[in-house]
Amino acid sequence: MLTEKVKIQPEVLEAVVIRFVGDSGDGMQLTGTQFSDTSAMFGNDIATFPNYPSEIRAPQGSLYGVSGFQVHIGSVEVSTPGDNLDLLVAMNPAGLKTNLYALKPGHTIIVDSDAFTKKNLEKAQYETNPLEDHSLDNYRVIQVDMTSLTKEALKDVEGLDNKAITRSKNMFALGMVYWMYGRAKEHTIDFFNKKFKTKPHLIEANTKVLNAGYYFAETLELIPNAYTISPAKMASGTYRVIMGNTATAWGFLAAAEKSGLELFLGSYPITPATDILHELVKHKHFGVKAFQAEDEIAGIASAIGASFAGDLAITTTSGPGLALKGEALGLAMTMELPLVVVNVQRGGPSTGLPTKTEQSDLMQAMYGRNGESPVIVIAASTPANCFDFAFQAAKLALEHMTPVILLTDGYIANGSAPWKIQSVDQLPEIKNNITKEAVENWHPYTRNEKTLARNWAIPGTPGLEHRVGGLEKDSITGNVNQAPENHEKMTYLRAEKVKRVQNYIPEIKTEFADSGDLLVIGWGGTYGSLHSAVKQINQEGYKSIGFAHFNYINPLPKNTKELLSRFKKILVCELNNGQFANVLRMNFSGFEFLQFNKVQGLPFGNNELIDEFKKLVK
Amino acid sequence: MEAIVEKKYTYRDFESDQEVRWCPGCDDYVILRSMQKALPEMGVKREDVVFISGIGCSSRFPYYMNTYGMHTIHGRAPGIATGVKLANPDLSVWIMTGDGDAMAIGGNHFIHVLRRNIDLNIVLFNNEIYGLTKGQFSPTSLVGQKTKSSPYGNTQPPFSPGELALGANARFFARIGGNVPKDISQILIEAHKFKGTSLIEVLQNCVIFNDGCYSNVTGKDVKEDKQIFLEHGKPMIFGKNRDKGLVLNKLKLEVVTIGENGITEADILVHDAKEKDPTLHQMLVRLKYPLATGIIRSFDDVTFEEREDALTKQVKANSKFTKTNDLFYSGEIYMVK
Repeated sequence: MLTEKVKIQPEVLEAVVIRFVGDSGDGMQLTGTQFSDTSAMFGNDIATFPNYPSEIRAPQGSLYGVSGFQVHIGSVEVSTPGDNLDLLVAMNPAGLKTNLYALKPGHTIIVDSDAFTKKNLEKAQYETNPLEDHSLDNYRVIQVDMTSLTKEALKDVEGLDNKAITRSKNMFALGMVYWMYGRAKEHTIDFFNKKFKTKPHLIEANTKVLNAGYYFAETLELIPNAYTISPAKMASGTYRVIMGNTATAWGFLAAAEKSGLELFLGSYPITPATDILHELVKHKHFGVKAFQAEDEIAGIASAIGASFAGDLAITTTSGPGLALKGEALGLAMTMELPLVVVNVQRGGPSTGLPTKTEQSDLMQAMYGRNGESPVIVIAASTPANCFDFAFQAAKLALEHMTPVILLTDGYIANGSAPWKIQSVDQLPEIKNNITKEAVENWHPYTRNEKTLARNWAIPGTPGLEHRVGGLEKDSITGNVNQAPENHEKMTYLRAEKVKRVQNYIPEIKTEFADSGDLLVIGWGGTYGSLHSAVKQINQEGYKSIGFAHFNYINPLPKNTKELLSRFKKILVCELNNGQFANVLRMNFSGFEFLQFNKVQGLPFGNNELIDEFKKLVK
Repeated sequence: MEAIVEKKYTYRDFESDQEVRWCPGCDDYVILRSMQKALPEMGVKREDVVFISGIGCSSRFPYYMNTYGMHTIHGRAPGIATGVKLANPDLSVWIMTGDGDAMAIGGNHFIHVLRRNIDLNIVLFNNEIYGLTKGQFSPTSLVGQKTKSSPYGNTQPPFSPGELALGANARFFARIGGNVPKDISQILIEAHKFKGTSLIEVLQNCVIFNDGCYSNVTGKDVKEDKQIFLEHGKPMIFGKNRDKGLVLNKLKLEVVTIGENGITEADILVHDAKEKDPTLHQMLVRLKYPLATGIIRSFDDVTFEEREDALTKQVKANSKFTKTNDLFYSGEIYMVK
């Protein structure tokens, strides 16, 4: 059953990276989620990275059908799902083949040896069985006949077919890993009790298999309990584990409550943004109106209508959807209505890589509309702060009467992390520009002198009947006015309104060094990778490398230029071909912006970043 | 339900201060005035009325109404109007659109808004041509029609808006000529009363690019013989002498003459606009002679917002969440000291 027995002295590790891989129907996402949730409840910091194919059930055993879930748990701050694995759990040969590259030499592989059949080996394009051909000699391989052991554990449970039995073997693997890392099983057993409330035989079966795996690891003393990971030192408070998309949805719920407006979502399903729709549609008890429209355009169109009628209106999508929404977004911009567009970025162009992450919609967010059409663009940078930036997007839209594009990406949207719960009463106020009084000389485009936000007169208000539209408008009355000077005036006005948002957003700060040899710049979802790499190189003694991460893209923070001038070299790191670097070039001449780009649909790895930094700093 | 107005409006109260800029002689003026005259009869407050349009000649309509209004983008008015109505179901929401706006670029939204049956009113100005872009064929132009983009004749067979609408499960469909203001006003009032999506196709003459396209059916001298104006509960009789009627012959509607071949008024079909089964309504919509006008279908059904409202009430009654904090602190939370 086991190829080797190794006695490793129990040691305390700061952090461990584990990846569960198997067929897309093997339940790897569930296994990984259970392990990371349990670890968070134990007090560890966590970061997760689900990586799955765009096919729902790709052909069984195939290389491209492999689904994986990586989790990084630590007793120290953990900001990325980690680069190299300490443990790989592979439920089949294809999973082993496609993931072995990431495992640190000498570290552990747990495999379901029952799955290493001739047929599965062929599908994974193995010429010989890696469990037998010594190709894994550099690793610690733990072979477990997981399928047979699962069947054995379930032989007395009634009402299970063969498929149900085989499908629960992921819980065997989870049980083993729980024991290895000293995790309690109770959270997962509670989960079974809730999930299978009406199917007691499934509660029994899954619990049995989980226990079987746990006791298999323990009782037979085959795997030493080598690793313990103590709780991380985190700010005190009440926490929960949250996924980025859920955090985004909840940020809008909080903004609606804070602003006293009802939340309207107009949306069309698209990977990886759909979970925001799934989440918001549940919350009718808060008066949320979540409307699944017939297409992306109707999604944003309905949100524009709801905004005109006085709701906090949002629409959610991913890259291709944003392309379809472009014309309507320009309409909202020129009608000067509050609206938030969430773009959970994925690999492009066109259909691209629906389930993979990328930051390549930045230029589309900035400029993807006809005419001079500025909108506020902000980006969340961690799963948990999707909450903050959704709230902030709503606040800026309502206070400045303009559309806001909130960029997240597949990586932070599907990743989960501990979130220190934010109580709504402690969040900042959200003002709005609603007007209810019919005063003399009132006009729809009467503006707030400071923000230039126009007032918001809502249908149903007597005396404020007015018309707005896509044709160029008079700067005050809002009536159609296509005079040359008026058009130019309006163009500048709309640009100035967005520019003035600079006065209402925080300045950009650096971490690790305020000045020095190299400034590492990132934006959006790469915060964890970049922060962790700069931290590590700093600990290695490179003290002159600073890090600045942007959440506000349009407008940029006021002090950006001053900050750039404090470093000898500037390196802009992005998961695209240099889009933010170009935004910076357009705004700040006289600086050389070096680029480090990755366009593989994957997040940055720690080592590749550190290697690049070292090239630039002696 | 909109509150009943105490103040009595006149059509003047619904005129905006903007100069109307359609071509002289355009039927759009007739529709505008019919609307302004119908609104005081509807018992709705001016501030509760919203006009939403897309792009095209007809879509300038909201600018001329002293109500709330939005002149939006091509084809998307149904989406925008849906958002307005869901945000505030108390509003009376009108979509003003044309055959290009609704049937071509907005075709998808057109069928889906009808399918959902949200309480909106759609006025479709059908002139079988693109006017604002100066004379290209539209999805309702006839085969063979010569236009700027079909100089040798149109080769694309048209949609019939009514057939398309009933195919999309429209609950209310009316058709009316663009030259009969009183009838238009009356149908607008009925559409307003109807709970659900109502579609009114106005056969609107374009004096510049498609002049006379309906004159053989809507012309003053021919309309009584060429049209059958349908009224719920009344026999399907038409003609200057009120001697023609419709009967069902096997699976077809047939024109008969009362007093000939033993036909009496009792043999004539009686119009039932409220019938759920749309079969006969479809046949009426397809009829070329006589052309059916008036309210062809008006089937009372549950509206989208009624379904949504009922569901929301039910969820609220069964939910333990009233504030977001109830949600944020629910389920698996843990303390870090």
